[in-house]
Amino acid sequence: MSRLQSLMINPVLNKEIKLRFRSFKSFISILLFLAICGAVCLAFIYIETQFSQDGFTSEDSRNLFMLLSMGQLGLIVFITPGLTAGAISGEREKQTLNILLTTQQSSTSIILSKLFSSILFLMLMLVASLPLYSIVFLYGGVSPQTVLIMFGFLLLTMLTIGSIGIMFSTVLKKTIVATITTYGIMLFLLVGTIILFVISLQFILGFSQGTAGQSNNMLPYFLLIFNPAVSMFSTLQSNMFMYEFDQLGIHVPLWVGYTPAYIIMTLLSLMIAIKKLRPSMKAKSKKAKKG
Amino acid sequence: MIEIQNLTKRYGSFTALDNLNLSIDKGTVFGFVGPNGAGKSTTFSILATLLSPSEGTAYINGYEVAKDAKQVRKSIGYVPDFFGVYDQFKVHEYLDFYGSSYGIPSAERKAIIPQLLELVNLTEKIDSYVDLLSRGMKQRLCLARALIHDPEVLILDEPASGLDPRARVEMRGILKELKKMDKTIIISSHILPELSELCDELGVIEHGQLIAYGNVSQIENQLQAQKVLLVTVKGDAEQAVTFFEEDPFVVGVNYDEENPQLLQLSYQGTEDDQVTLLKQAIEHGIPVVTLSQKQTNLEDIFMEITKGGE
Repeated sequence: MSRLQSLMINPVLNKEIKLRFRSFKSFISILLFLAICGAVCLAFIYIETQFSQDGFTSEDSRNLFMLLSMGQLGLIVFITPGLTAGAISGEREKQTLNILLTTQQSSTSIILSKLFSSILFLMLMLVASLPLYSIVFLYGGVSPQTVLIMFGFLLLTMLTIGSIGIMFSTVLKKTIVATITTYGIMLFLLVGTIILFVISLQFILGFSQGTAGQSNNMLPYFLLIFNPAVSMFSTLQSNMFMYEFDQLGIHVPLWVGYTPAYIIMTLLSLMIAIKKLRPSMKAKSKKAKKG
Repeated sequence: MIEIQNLTKRYGSFTALDNLNLSIDKGTVFGFVGPNGAGKSTTFSILATLLSPSEGTAYINGYEVAKDAKQVRKSIGYVPDFFGVYDQFKVHEYLDFYGSSYGIPSAERKAIIPQLLELVNLTEKIDSYVDLLSRGMKQRLCLARALIHDPEVLILDEPASGLDPRARVEMRGILKELKKMDKTIIISSHILPELSELCDELGVIEHGQLIAYGNVSQIENQLQAQKVLLVTVKGDAEQAVTFFEEDPFVVGVNYDEENPQLLQLSYQGTEDDQVTLLKQAIEHGIPVVTLSQKQTNLEDIFMEITKGGE
């Protein structure tokens, strides 16, 4: 079997999809998700057309798009850890991991297919919600490019959070510990980075009073690029934190830092997970020879 | 086929496996016996490439477990002592998944799966959900799973534990079939009689060390320093007791107060010495009615040698 083919038709991926989509629970959760999203959209349109004087404008349509995107991001941030943090540790707890590890499958293929199968369900949710965006297009205000960028952004965020979840699932032996740790990291990325950003901004601007625009301290920027919500919002609303960054002398949009930072986090997490899945036989045997 | 050299596994200060050396030939059914926690599962995990040894190496089919893990995995079928199943899989899907994990093409898998199910007597369960099978059936399914890539070596960790007597008999029947297929099998158990009739060779392990090794009768000889002879005499037993106590190979003579005619001699001599003993007894006019050797089973011996571990 060719390498490409074995990558495309991966047994674990196949199995996961079959097992996940066979359950009634998955069907119900997509149904509920779409129902809630649809209800929110309709409520938004209803409120705007009934209670505002100018009716549903393209500006409102843009706001609806932002609301939808934020909702999707919230969904990804809160669901991905739950879906991925049990991927490996769950197999360990069900005592199926040992058998899987004695098969011919490489660690890379097991980890990657676990990641993709977990986020595939979320991707289905995102794709299923695409028709909702047609409402946005109906009223204008958002270009198709913006929608594409938003999807790319959501996809990258999903991949990164998923990889972090898989890494903790591999390194930490228990699902519950891995889940809590992953949610902890999420909380830090969403809230902790903002707190640190505010503190560091106070410090830097406090020390460099009068020389605004020349301090060139990148720390606040580096803190903020790890925050998915702020980074996403700033791509839609480019004037966000503009004043603060102007004072620091930074003119790079947040997403320019966000993209490489999240790609590196994804790759690092996956590398650690792949390395830790099976015991490192080689290193130990070398040590034994020396001793 | 399987070479284990100075294999050692330590967890901190605890030594689970202590300098184990073993060599198992192709086609041999090797029984690994020892109390719980003796190091059987540790050995098996190392052979299955799931655990790295602290020291020493092991070779399967010429491949070193630490260096050629991928080739080793190809050569072995591993059934762990505790295992789970994916509960939403049907029996044929379960086997199909593992078949594809070994890179077996789809058409080939379709042909192999019914054959394997027939071997483990699960043909009629092909469309059942795995989770609904009984423990014995799951165990047999796991065995079929381990066979899907036609490995030369089977590593079975306590395959009969938790099974009822009927399921045990069935499991033994399947293992005999596999033996005919010329597979090299290493199988562990903490119950010795379970293995004695099935295995060509046995190894007794305790505290991570191999304390006896060989075929069943060799093990008996290694583990059993003295045998017990049962002698029934007629009439007055006292004269007989005095006579037997004088024999150099008799270590002790015991008898029950209620049945003084039945003497139990702890004996260290060979079979030839035994012949001489009987001849002399008759010459001395001892009224011997019967003389026989007490049948000690492997379980008694096993209990005896592993007493220190408790």
